Amino acid sequence: MTGRALPPFLDYAVIPLLNLLAALIVSGLILAAIGVPPGTALASMAEGAFGSADGIGYTLYYATNFIFAGLAVALPARAGLFNIGGEGQAMIGGLLVALVCLGLPGWPWWAALPLAAAAALFGGAAWALIPALLQVRRGSHIVITTILFNFLASKFSTWMLVDVVRAPGDPSPETAGFDPSLALPAAAGSPVNLSLLLALAAAFLAWLLVHRTVWGYELRAAGQSPEAAHYAAIPAGTLAVVAICLGGACAGMIGVNEAMGVEHRLVLGFTAGAGFVGVAVALMGRNHAFGIVLAAILFGALYQGGAELSFDYPQATRDIVVVMDGLVILFCGALEQLWRRPVAALWLRS
Amino acid sequence: MAAAGRRIVAAFVTLFDLLSVSASTVRLAIPLILAALGGLFSERAGVVALGLEGLMLAGAFAAGSIAAVTGSAWAGLAAAMLVAIAVALVHGYAAIAQLGDQIVSGIALNILIAGLTPVLGLAWFGEGAGTPALPPGARFMPVILPGADRLGPVWRLLVSGHNLLVYVTAALLPVLVWLLYSTRFGLRLRAVGENPHAVDAAGLSVARLRYSGLVLCGALSGMAGAYLAIAEGAGFTPDMSAGRGYLALAALIFGKWRVLPACGACLLFAFTDALQVRLQGVVLPVVGIVPVQFVEALPYLLTLLLLAGFVGTARAPRALGQPFVKTR
Repeated sequence: MTGRALPPFLDYAVIPLLNLLAALIVSGLILAAIGVPPGTALASMAEGAFGSADGIGYTLYYATNFIFAGLAVALPARAGLFNIGGEGQAMIGGLLVALVCLGLPGWPWWAALPLAAAAALFGGAAWALIPALLQVRRGSHIVITTILFNFLASKFSTWMLVDVVRAPGDPSPETAGFDPSLALPAAAGSPVNLSLLLALAAAFLAWLLVHRTVWGYELRAAGQSPEAAHYAAIPAGTLAVVAICLGGACAGMIGVNEAMGVEHRLVLGFTAGAGFVGVAVALMGRNHAFGIVLAAILFGALYQGGAELSFDYPQATRDIVVVMDGLVILFCGALEQLWRRPVAALWLRS
Repeated sequence: MAAAGRRIVAAFVTLFDLLSVSASTVRLAIPLILAALGGLFSERAGVVALGLEGLMLAGAFAAGSIAAVTGSAWAGLAAAMLVAIAVALVHGYAAIAQLGDQIVSGIALNILIAGLTPVLGLAWFGEGAGTPALPPGARFMPVILPGADRLGPVWRLLVSGHNLLVYVTAALLPVLVWLLYSTRFGLRLRAVGENPHAVDAAGLSVARLRYSGLVLCGALSGMAGAYLAIAEGAGFTPDMSAGRGYLALAALIFGKWRVLPACGACLLFAFTDALQVRLQGVVLPVVGIVPVQFVEALPYLLTLLLLAGFVGTARAPRALGQPFVKTR
């Protein structure tokens, strides 16, 4: 199995598609089990996601979050580290976006955006910094520390939104509405907004950074072969800290999309699990920026299509999309080898 | 005289408070203890137990469903353990047979079950996304131990009056300690998490030992789920594990992967939870009102400090998370 490498088209197209297919088949079985015909369900989801301008808008709005969340997992993954703190990093990013926006009434959106984006990037990166340092300096496992930081971020946001920045008299945990002048330009009829372009730019920059700079080369070297990197005097620890913080910064940008682009306020729980979808997106996209954009659009379509599906079949609630998310992570991540061995055997025989 | 009387009354109130906080600490700790011990058997065998949350939730759903259909709490408990074992074995298949990433597998199962349980709940019972409310006969109800009225407040409030699963857990503890530390199986299980190659060289099956660790993990976390759904609660509600699986994992780490310290950590975390409920809106001297979330964050902060090496050191089983590939 470790012998000959497979040609790229098998590694990057055929095997991921087979994994995805396996996840879809199991999803179909579950749909059938709850009385939803899988074929019709798929058609209904595709129609909901891509069948109208508004549907496409919603798909791209979800995809915006998932691109950021996918990058948050993928950049540290290049250094061989697993950041599952995207959820918490996004919460802190969003909190800072809200504080900036509440402090700038009357500003035009284009003047406030750089400040809000800087706040989001800073918030996400800062929340990732401590787990990163603990991993590199003290060897604390980043998976556990980022999980703990997700819980800490959730408690902190709850406290902030319930006790500190909640609008007076508002019964629900959210900030006051931002000044309308701060709203990012958005499509009519759907929540997709300027943040989508920011997400695409972030993906492109990530690709440039990882694949076209010395820093990215060293990062990949350190991730793939720590010993060789050490021998080449590559500062793997510093690289890892920076990669994790860059990932956290990307996650923080979810706050710009949600707070400044859509809700025009900060609502408790705005991340809605996007950070965990990022794990699936990064796995499916093979940690590659372009793969992540494609996987994010696919997941955006699943989320939007899932909303549509629940109109047609009330028993297929939005949770069915969560099921698919889990199945994709299972088959594309943990059971990745399931098809690789048969495919490799077939390929080597031919 | 009157002042002394008041002081005595105050002392009684605090004793009562202490007992009621202690009793709720026990109640809140039991699911954590069961899940943490489950995680312990998985991780000591070398398999990462990131899926405890999903195992508990699957157990809670199975318990709620089967208890609702059969009207029997025991059938619910058995279903919870079987379903959680099945899910743990999926994790095992990915981790052991497919050499997959155990962290990814755990996260995948947590997400999958968080989505699947409400979907099935709605499809099967059609009442929201949970399972129907259970009558007392289909639950493990509080047990009044003999002598509750004669043996004083400690016996009445702290020892008596819990549901059966609390006493089952207490009885299981010495058995599990014995199993892990005093039997051949326990020695082998611990060895397979430290140095699977040595176990393999001794002619034992690494896979088989790891699968047995996972079966124990599933059984115990399933029981934790049943506790939530059919002992403390009266039916399954979506996401009713509410992060307790992760908290149990944190307690396992905080207890440095040992049985009694892990249980101690569960009690400590449960105590912060009980205290949090008790402290709501109470004005303390000097600090004033402590926000609930700060107390809730304590278990996570403590675990973080331990992981950072500021409070002792936590050394994980050496082969934790590494797939075993036989050397030739």
